[in-house]
Amino acid sequence: MIRIGDAPGVRRLLIGVALVLTALFLLLPLVAIFAQALMGGIDLYWQNLSDRYTLAAIGLTLLVTLLTVPINLVFGIFLAWLVTRFNFPGRRLLQTLIDIPFAVSPVVAGLVYLLLYGRNGWLGGWLDGYDIQIMFAWPGIVLVTIFVTCPFVARELIPLMQAQGAREEEAAVTLGASGWTIFRRVTLPKIRHALLYGVILTNARAVGEFGAVSVVAGAIRGQTNTLPLQVEQLYQDYNTVGAFTSASLLALLALLTLAAKAALEWRAARRESLA
Amino acid sequence: MIAATLRRRASRRVLPGFGLSLGVTLTFVSLILLLPLTSLVGQLSQLSLSQYWFLISDPRILASYRVTLLAAAVAALFNAAFGLLMAWVLVRYEFPGKRLVDALMDLPFALPTAVAGVTLATLYSSQGWVGRWLETLGLPIAYTWVGIALAMAFTSIPFVVRTVQPILEDLPSEVDEAAVTLGARDGHAFRRVILPHLWPALVTGTGLAFVRSLGEFGAVIFIAGGKPFETEITSLMIFVKLQEYDYAGATAVASIVLATSLALLLVINLWQGRFTRRLHGGGA
Repeated sequence: MIRIGDAPGVRRLLIGVALVLTALFLLLPLVAIFAQALMGGIDLYWQNLSDRYTLAAIGLTLLVTLLTVPINLVFGIFLAWLVTRFNFPGRRLLQTLIDIPFAVSPVVAGLVYLLLYGRNGWLGGWLDGYDIQIMFAWPGIVLVTIFVTCPFVARELIPLMQAQGAREEEAAVTLGASGWTIFRRVTLPKIRHALLYGVILTNARAVGEFGAVSVVAGAIRGQTNTLPLQVEQLYQDYNTVGAFTSASLLALLALLTLAAKAALEWRAARRESLA
Repeated sequence: MIAATLRRRASRRVLPGFGLSLGVTLTFVSLILLLPLTSLVGQLSQLSLSQYWFLISDPRILASYRVTLLAAAVAALFNAAFGLLMAWVLVRYEFPGKRLVDALMDLPFALPTAVAGVTLATLYSSQGWVGRWLETLGLPIAYTWVGIALAMAFTSIPFVVRTVQPILEDLPSEVDEAAVTLGARDGHAFRRVILPHLWPALVTGTGLAFVRSLGEFGAVIFIAGGKPFETEITSLMIFVKLQEYDYAGATAVASIVLATSLALLLVINLWQGRFTRRLHGGGA
């Protein structure tokens, strides 16, 4: 078969340029993170890692992620079920609305929450009367993280569920299955992988969100520093090795995310070739 | 009345869960998305038109629009070329390490932006691995708009690759064969035969990369250095105003950023919709 660009010279040149650019733009930064983190030796690395403030930042990041991911998972499933299984006025509008967090700058996302829940905000002032503080505390970080990551699960599920159609679910209804049983026994097995992929993406973004969180966190060391904020603070303090130690944890998580994604795609491709 | 209409429609539905999923979704969308966004409108409505104009046309803010637009445009154009090359190489050729390169393309989405920011700033500073070398060539990157464009380009790499790749994969090989058999040279054949199939996806990907770059914050601020009138991006200006408790100023500038990115997203969606319909044979 003859194809465009198959001449050996063209092929070698294009692959060569692609590999050099990939190494320079993607691989080099990745290597640099770990090289900088380990610059002072492995002992200093452990010492930085077990720093009180770094541990606190890891704890807060885990808390935020553990709250955000399940909430957005449940919301994503309900939204996908709603827009792919029913036709109702405003369906398109709803799908457009859910894309807003993708278009909004993270700083603007933080700003709108600050306006609402800050001391002078509509809700913030009222909650202040009950001694409930949302801004510059962990609930605010959780709220903006939910905002920033809410489209991921739904975005993975909607195209898939649209393509699959509702026939099997309808058959289950005529057989007398309840809604929960239909979801668990019919729908869930079909969307398992897309759901997992959505969760992986939500998780990666929730752990790493910086712009929105830095607006609402107020960066109180040991209290409202998530891991990305900790990276920033140590970097600004000229503690490069410390900053890259925290950064290396986040980079490790990014690598795990990429590996999980590749594994899911590989399985999907294999299933397709078997079918 | 609306509720009654909805209920009447719902009763004709076969599948269960309409009421529950509608309730959960609307509650979530109202509380998480709409309520915070209305607070922006609320804050804006307290400003008079002349006050608003004064806040958004401050010379330092105007300079930040210029830097942000310029850097984002350069980053998007870079990604159009780089993304097209990567998609082509990953779809058309076999080479060792291909799976690894393919997986690496998603790194900018998986890596937190702040981590990308400090890493690029360190690499391209005048003492960094790359920056030291570029400095001797008289090409300072850090603390210039080039550095800002570089950081924006990094965070938006996946957009073009991932929109062009599936289209290229689905392209039947007859398209190639016809051109090659007719004796067209590679470059000419690519422009005349392949590119017409790819360019809607290429434009979509580039547009998405541009929108993302306009709002980028974490990856940019470290390498930008924040010199007034020169390397301050608009999201940094909003952030600085918030730190100075200038909520009115921050909101006014944020409204410009928000309106721009929503308008661009709408245009991209319409563009994509038109293209998709044409693909499926409907419409004109």
